[in-house]
Amino acid sequence: MNTILKTENLTKKFSSVLAVQDLSFGLNQGTITALLGGNGAGKTTTLSMLLGLLKPTSGSIRLFGQDFIRNRYSVLGRINFSSPYVDLPQRLTVRENLTVYAKLYGILKVKDRIEQVCEEFRLEELLDRKVRKLSSGQKTRVSLAKALINRPKFLLLDEPTASLDPDTTAWIRDFLREYRDSNDATILFASHDMREVELLCDDVLLMKKGKLIEQGSPCALLEKYDRENLEQVFLQLSSEGENL
Amino acid sequence: MNCSDSLGRISALVLRYLYLLRSSWPRIIEIAYWPTMQMVIWGFVSQHFSSSSPELTAGGVLISVVLVWDCLFRSHISYTLSFLEELWSRNLGNLFVSPLRPSELIVALASISMMRTLIGMFPAALLAIPFFEVSVFDMGLPLLGFFLNLVLTGWAISQFVTGILIRYGLGAESLTWVLPFLIAPFSCIYYPLSTIPEWMQSIAVFIPTTYVFEGMRALLVEEVFRSDLMIKGFALNIAYLVPGICAFFISFQAARRHGLLLQTGE
Repeated sequence: MNTILKTENLTKKFSSVLAVQDLSFGLNQGTITALLGGNGAGKTTTLSMLLGLLKPTSGSIRLFGQDFIRNRYSVLGRINFSSPYVDLPQRLTVRENLTVYAKLYGILKVKDRIEQVCEEFRLEELLDRKVRKLSSGQKTRVSLAKALINRPKFLLLDEPTASLDPDTTAWIRDFLREYRDSNDATILFASHDMREVELLCDDVLLMKKGKLIEQGSPCALLEKYDRENLEQVFLQLSSEGENL
Repeated sequence: MNCSDSLGRISALVLRYLYLLRSSWPRIIEIAYWPTMQMVIWGFVSQHFSSSSPELTAGGVLISVVLVWDCLFRSHISYTLSFLEELWSRNLGNLFVSPLRPSELIVALASISMMRTLIGMFPAALLAIPFFEVSVFDMGLPLLGFFLNLVLTGWAISQFVTGILIRYGLGAESLTWVLPFLIAPFSCIYYPLSTIPEWMQSIAVFIPTTYVFEGMRALLVEEVFRSDLMIKGFALNIAYLVPGICAFFISFQAARRHGLLLQTGE
């Protein structure tokens, strides 16, 4: 399998606080990986570094074979991101937001692409509504549509199904799986929803206090720790001593 | 960096600010409202002075300097408010995970600032003709030089302000409104340079706007175009704009180091 992302000894220090320490992992093309960890584990810091929004203190990130820290602009067009904690401009309509981002990513047939993502995310009726007038679930769908506007080969998602109802959550899960399969895309997402992780992910990265403490497929982790579900594995690892 | 890709991203961002402007008619009216109000008030002040102190209002100088000074304020406010929109809407994270470069953001902000300044100033300048029989357009080509000089000063101030905003967040928002007025007393807008005390004059000579207003008075009162003043104004503007842009880039890098691009917002 082709490795599209490889981090080596990735470290981020804020003053005296070590937010992420010696993080080394790789992601294969066409896989869905979950980044798990409690509050303050370093998930958001890791995602921020992988998006180029945060400069690592040390270590390296190779993305699509390029040195991402030195040369991020050459690959930013091939990645995208969605988070319920980063808003789209509230006073613009859904159509206006998608148009702006399609143009920022250099999409040639903007109208066609917006039609496609709106159809995929069932946004047709919301297109001319201002973002501020949408429900939180609708905003999440718009944010995901923006994240897929450039058909990214590497998609980073922060809690992609937060504030969505169970039906929509299941639908988003199916959609992400289908997107991965049809585009051979790699997806990395941070989540607290262990059930979602079990259903969706090929691999899991578990972080605690800025360190990677476990990684593997959900099945392998269940077997290794002899547990019935990932939540139990997570709770066990979270409560174990500092040496983990 | 591919030039056409870069232009595409700049135009995408300009489109974003135009959408924002279009979305609210009070915003469009507001852009022209303040310069027009300034023109009306100073127009009447000028009429009042014209009977008692005609030297103060010769050649429509008072209304003209008010209108031209507002170009600086409008260009700065338009630039910085567009940037603040990104902070208020917590959109910086989305922008900088796209291939958008900070330099492209600067060009987009400058472009929308120029558009908004022209939208704001034209109605006021046009209305001054029938209301007070003063046309700034009578200055001819030098008006373009004065205008560009003041717009550049506005942008230079904006570079420092947006640099501070990206680094220290919305807590520094009030600087947007305050900073342009810091140079106003030294700029000799309504009075000649010789009016202010010597210690202020020694500061004023380092401020580009001083040369703009001295040049305007020379043109409107003495009917002499002082190219030396115009050149000094431009030179000083470049001298402030370059470090201003550098300060913005340094702040942007600091924001990346401290993880502020994802957190900045209300």
